[in-house]
Amino acid sequence: MKEEKKGFLAKEGVRSVIASLICILGGLIVGFIVLVVLAVFNENISFAEAFKGIVTVLGGPFSAGSFHDAMFQLGNMLFQSTPLIMTGLSVALAFKTGLFNIGAPGQYLMGAMGSLIVALSIPTSVVPPVIVWILALLTGILLGVLWGAIPGFFKAKFNVNEVIVCIMTNWIAANVVSWVFKVTGDNFINYAETKVNFIRKTATNGVATWSFGLNDLFGGSYLDISIFIATVIAIVLYVVMNKTTFGYELRACGFNKNASKYAGMNEKRNIILSMAIAGGLAACGAALWCLNGSQDFKWETYLTLPADGFNGIPAALLASNNPIGVIFASIFLKYLGAGGSNLAAHTSFNEYVSPLIIAVIIYFAGASKLIKDLLARAAHKKKTAAAALADPTSRDPGGGPKEEPASGTANPPDEDSAKDDLIAEDENAEGGEES
Amino acid sequence: MIFLLQKTLIFTIPLLIVALAGMYAERSGIINIALDGIMIFGAFSGALCALLLRRVPFFVDHNQLTFVIAMTVAAVSGALFSLLLSFSAIKLKADQTIGGTALNMLAPAIALFFIKVFFSKDQLEMTPAVNSAGSVKDFGYVIQNDKMNPVLSIFFDKAYISTFIALGIFILLSILIYKTKTGLRLRACGEHPQAAASVGIEVNRMRYLGTTVSGALAGFGGYVYIATVANGQATGAVAGMGFLALAIMIFGNWKPLGIALGALFFGFLKCLGVIYDQLSVNINGKEIFFLKELNLPMYFYNLIPYVAVLLVLAFTSKRSRAPKAEGIPYDKGMR
Repeated sequence: MKEEKKGFLAKEGVRSVIASLICILGGLIVGFIVLVVLAVFNENISFAEAFKGIVTVLGGPFSAGSFHDAMFQLGNMLFQSTPLIMTGLSVALAFKTGLFNIGAPGQYLMGAMGSLIVALSIPTSVVPPVIVWILALLTGILLGVLWGAIPGFFKAKFNVNEVIVCIMTNWIAANVVSWVFKVTGDNFINYAETKVNFIRKTATNGVATWSFGLNDLFGGSYLDISIFIATVIAIVLYVVMNKTTFGYELRACGFNKNASKYAGMNEKRNIILSMAIAGGLAACGAALWCLNGSQDFKWETYLTLPADGFNGIPAALLASNNPIGVIFASIFLKYLGAGGSNLAAHTSFNEYVSPLIIAVIIYFAGASKLIKDLLARAAHKKKTAAAALADPTSRDPGGGPKEEPASGTANPPDEDSAKDDLIAEDENAEGGEES
Repeated sequence: MIFLLQKTLIFTIPLLIVALAGMYAERSGIINIALDGIMIFGAFSGALCALLLRRVPFFVDHNQLTFVIAMTVAAVSGALFSLLLSFSAIKLKADQTIGGTALNMLAPAIALFFIKVFFSKDQLEMTPAVNSAGSVKDFGYVIQNDKMNPVLSIFFDKAYISTFIALGIFILLSILIYKTKTGLRLRACGEHPQAAASVGIEVNRMRYLGTTVSGALAGFGGYVYIATVANGQATGAVAGMGFLALAIMIFGNWKPLGIALGALFFGFLKCLGVIYDQLSVNINGKEIFFLKELNLPMYFYNLIPYVAVLLVLAFTSKRSRAPKAEGIPYDKGMR
């Protein structure tokens, strides 16, 4: 029993999951506190209402009211998770290679633009819709790759911080997209339904992602197979990053640029490649969303950036940058979002509770290294205690620390002091927090 | 021309003060990517304060007093909000970029949540209110004088009180960080905290100080932005001004003089995007709207500042000198 328990906490992956769960719990608690505080200060809102509020958020799409509505919301939640999975993968990949891709919104917009233009301008009477669909997806990805390569290029060539370049390219993309659609307006803007703020749906040209009845299964929602495409991409990404030389090189450059240069890797090329792939992933998410066929894309976007681009950051952080984890993290975030919409519909609170909870979760996620270290210490203590109990003569302190370097390579953002902490902890058994 | 310069000044002030905010945090060793979020939070609380105060006719009569009080509230709330960042960065030793991103998401969420709950709207508007004499009053300018010589009128005609306060604070804080003991210590903590600690400087306290000053300035800047540039509307966004300020700080090489130049440059470009179609030159008594006649879309002028940032960064990156220890949690054991 004891053996099993120490093994449980000693695994890096398990610690990451527990750390994420702690962050989520923290976020939910803060969200609940906000609702209660509001109930205290606002006579119109009772405590019962605050309690109902948090239950509604927790219920996600299931707190919709009726079974049919719940299925409908569930379907839409899964559909909307698709672009988030892709931007999450984009941010996670960049994190793994030591870069912070806050440029996902811009890459997302470029992807949307590319896929929409191709999907709407090639007549499906001439070219089969399948081909158009594939071409549109590829064009979107290509634009994203190019857009993502810009910050990578600036980082590699001029050593400019990628964060600042990403933010600039975001706003440039927002203006470029508005500009392009303004100029080419008549071809793409939805005048037919007098929704002049939006681009025509791709279904009007017969281009739509196949849903194989999934949409009807989920109460007439937008669900199509794009979520499976995203899942496959996530798995492929996981294999490439963890099992191939190419992935190893990318991660090595993120871990230590100089060391990988010394080892003969082309570190500049790898930085540009990482950002380009990240850009392609984010753009792919946008393309999958647009090619659903029934989505309204707001073209005059020069003042706002798509939320799904930024929310890739929480998705990646919650998943500890693990591609498979990103799938679950994204679905969870959209689950909270659906809960927020139901909150606005059924109680006197509003939908902004969900972003608030997500923001708090990210705040805690920033400290997840600390949480993981504490968990590692707990595991290590248990291990030594168990070892001492089982056989006082064979005390070897190797088990715990041996695990640590592995965690370092798996997770670049927490490189340096994980080992030091553990060593320091060995030396003074007190192991209290730094005061 | 005068009109353009007056407008440029209005756009420059928030950028100037927020870029200085970034400098104070980063010089103490904390990356403050949360400038945008703190601006949003400061703008929200400042606007809320102004709205509540202006329900009393006395405060509508004394517009400038209300303006200054709201500004102070914005600064204080910005400082309090930034404690979240310094706590996570110093105490929890969290990744500062992630902590800042969290704040950037938290600020609009909080602002919009409360605005929606209490006002059932998506934005707060500091609309004109009725004063004790029964007439409707706006915040207005502190000085308005059409008959002034052109050079002076850039500064003293149609000027907001915040402009003078901000310039004063900017000069004061620029001197403080270079000429006082505290300023020197603060800078030391951003360069080599272990060395600073070895001569008895409390690194964490200095970092808290730097971030708090930064938060106060950013909150102040956020309020100035919505009050002077964004028509008194507090929404859950400041149009990326915080990030632009961050770029200006890097452009200015983490130094006040560079920041002042950068803010002026980008303030000008940013302002051009808004008023390009109102600019005219008077040739032989004929007004010519030379930029409007180029017939370029608004998006083009919106693009210029961002493209300019990229170009400038590409060319100046060689001599860029960021504080050495920024972004690295202080670890006593690394001495």
